Amino acid sequence: MSMLHLEYQVPGDDFTRAGEASGDVKHKLKKLGYEPDAIRRVAIAMYEGEINLVIHGGGGEAVVDVDPDRVDIALIDQGPGIPDVEQAMQAGWSTAPDNVRALGFGAGMGLPNMKKYTDGMTIDSTVGVGTTVKMTVIPGRKG
Amino acid sequence: MTVKEMAGALGWKLLAGEDGQDNEADGCYVGDLLSWVMGRAQAGNVWLTVMGNLNAIAVAALADTSCIVLCEDSALDADAKNRADMQGIPVYGCGPNLYDTAVQVHGLLK
Repeated sequence: MSMLHLEYQVPGDDFTRAGEASGDVKHKLKKLGYEPDAIRRVAIAMYEGEINLVIHGGGGEAVVDVDPDRVDIALIDQGPGIPDVEQAMQAGWSTAPDNVRALGFGAGMGLPNMKKYTDGMTIDSTVGVGTTVKMTVIPGRKG
Repeated sequence: MTVKEMAGALGWKLLAGEDGQDNEADGCYVGDLLSWVMGRAQAGNVWLTVMGNLNAIAVAALADTSCIVLCEDSALDADAKNRADMQGIPVYGCGPNLYDTAVQVHGLLK
């Protein structure tokens, strides 16, 4: 059982609400006195994940477990799945539609950013079933 | 130097987020692709862009940039203004383009 367990519903196709969950987590980590670099890494990685849920997943769930020495984030959707995870991880690869690009997203940097800013990331995806991305941030690492 | 001091020196107009004007300006980043900015901008950077939407405010808030400067008089959306005010993310507007503004910022930060 983690020190703090948080669950958020991320609605699909609503860019105005993406960032609410990551913003709330950032706020809570600040209150808990986490180091600023770790908070920033969690916030960025989680926001990218939220955006992915909105663009690709048709919405989903974000689950965050906070412990003194680590933050675990799971992003779960029942969307179309990722046919080729390796390709999706390449910087610049994107399947985002034009309306998403007009907002400033869809540069193919989401998953690479999530990997860059976390200390561990796994993607479990099945086409037609959904995708679960798990990330861990350990304060004091990377930065 | 605070972003307020920088704005005063360069004639930027405050569009939103008055409460955050004492943020320290530490370096500068230029870009419009939000994920790219989020991946590359450093905490404290003055962020020059033309993206004045709600997601830009979220990026600034999560990546800890010191302010947003909307160059070439690009527009700040109404809902983005509200969010910036609520979160104390200073957003300024200016006429010069991204390059000229970056040169001006460099002159103040060097």
